[in-house]
Amino acid sequence: MNTTELIIKGILIVVLFGVTLLIAMYSTWAERKVAGFIQDRFGPNRAGPGGIFQPLADAGKMFFKEDFIPSQANKWLFILGPCLAILTALMSSAVIPFGESIRYEELLIPVQGIEINIGILYVFGVVSLGVYGLMVGGWASNNKFSLLGAIRAASQNISYEIGFGLSIIAILMMTGSLSIRAIVESQHGFAWNLFNQPLGFIIFLTCAFAECNRTPFDLPECETELVGGYHTEYSSMKLGFYLFAEYINMFVSSAIISSLYFGGYNYPGMDWVRETLTGSLGAATGHNLATLIGTIVLFGKIFFFIFFFMWVRWTLPRFRYDQLMNLGWKTFIPLSILNVVVTGFGLLFDIKYASWAIIIVMVIMVMVSSARAPKPVVQPQRT
Amino acid sequence: MEPTKILFYALTAITLLSASFVVTARNPIHSVLALILTFFCLSGHYILLNAQFLAAVNIIVYAGAIMVLFLFVIMFLNLKTDDEESKTTVTKLAAVVVGGVLLVVMVAVFRVATMATYNPSSYTSKVGLVENLGMVLFKDYLLPFELASILLLVAMIGSVMLGKREAGDRHY
Repeated sequence: MNTTELIIKGILIVVLFGVTLLIAMYSTWAERKVAGFIQDRFGPNRAGPGGIFQPLADAGKMFFKEDFIPSQANKWLFILGPCLAILTALMSSAVIPFGESIRYEELLIPVQGIEINIGILYVFGVVSLGVYGLMVGGWASNNKFSLLGAIRAASQNISYEIGFGLSIIAILMMTGSLSIRAIVESQHGFAWNLFNQPLGFIIFLTCAFAECNRTPFDLPECETELVGGYHTEYSSMKLGFYLFAEYINMFVSSAIISSLYFGGYNYPGMDWVRETLTGSLGAATGHNLATLIGTIVLFGKIFFFIFFFMWVRWTLPRFRYDQLMNLGWKTFIPLSILNVVVTGFGLLFDIKYASWAIIIVMVIMVMVSSARAPKPVVQPQRT
Repeated sequence: MEPTKILFYALTAITLLSASFVVTARNPIHSVLALILTFFCLSGHYILLNAQFLAAVNIIVYAGAIMVLFLFVIMFLNLKTDDEESKTTVTKLAAVVVGGVLLVVMVAVFRVATMATYNPSSYTSKVGLVENLGMVLFKDYLLPFELASILLLVAMIGSVMLGKREAGDRHY
């Protein structure tokens, strides 16, 4: 690796890091705007045009609030909790391919923090560490509500990690690689994994909601039962880090969903665009411009999923805790194992769309059971 | 010194320090957190050996799942005050005997063990990557691999049976 390549790579990493933080920052604003839109009110509209400086104002408020540490709390672990949460949230975007490659003279540099051949396992490792931030913080607060929130967070994350991992195995079987870049490249053009793995996508999406502690799975911070959940005792920027980590996680999981199931930077007609651009603007400029278009397409998909996260949050109520556990253990894990088996059969007999069979059977079963269920008898109203 | 050597020595120092902290820490939570740090350093060693898959699996399985459950149990039990009743002379004696036997076994193993050598001309640095690991596991060592998976399956069924509430059990 020579100096030019190293400099370009360094700039790229800094830019990706900055973009991650910027998007997470403006997700907080977007969330309140979306909530306002769904609930038919304005949302933040005081700081700047359309409330565009609201995140800065929030950050200012967070920094200047009193940084309170409870007297009986374990001080170092109390500080370590939010640090771990934000650290693990920021680590996972390193392996996501945000675009094809930048061409500088004869060098081709992939638009990605680092390309490792176990990319998806790295993401799993980092995601499974995310729970330490919540657990350590919740325990160190020396408050039983915080502890209950932390324990709920831990059991929820562990339970849904299994479904999370199993739902991806089908994709790994079809691609034959653990590298996220290889998975994205195998979806060239419009051959997105969504069309082969609809069930895997649904399971993965739901587990991503649970891993990010987003509604309808935000039991760790269920206010009606736990006051404020694992961050009850936190104030100032420590609380800010916990909340910010959630938004970074949301961005990263949207990026991973788009890369694994929605083709990443691939879009229909990308070859044509690349040929036209390199033909008219020269090899280097045309190549870089085509890469830029791919990156913009990827960010479009990411923004859609971030919006989807918010849309669900302001539409669905939260699950009960036993419902959450039943859904994770008794529905998603068996379904994803079935998906792996059916995909295996599909690969064996060369049927690409084998996974659809499960969806069709499920829909038929639901229709039959709803048709056979006794009709609710209409009680005539007494007059 | 080369950068890899510096990394190796730094990692080794942190590994040994955190591992000794696991044993000496008074607070069980600190002990568990130090153990997690030890697993991290071990994964760092795996990465230095270019065994990326092993490093990732070590973090996912040990640091990500097993240690979370450790932390979970310790938080629930709330072992802040030392439970002096369980530390009688007999238990202390038994612990010393068990530790001593383990030490003897380790020393005996290290005395007869020989360092494996490798041929630099035929050695490929990709030997620890997933593809090669899979080839070795599913071709040369298929039977031990499958036996280990059966063992895990049996353990899993056993734990499900233990955790299952039977009819007539008290509902906690």
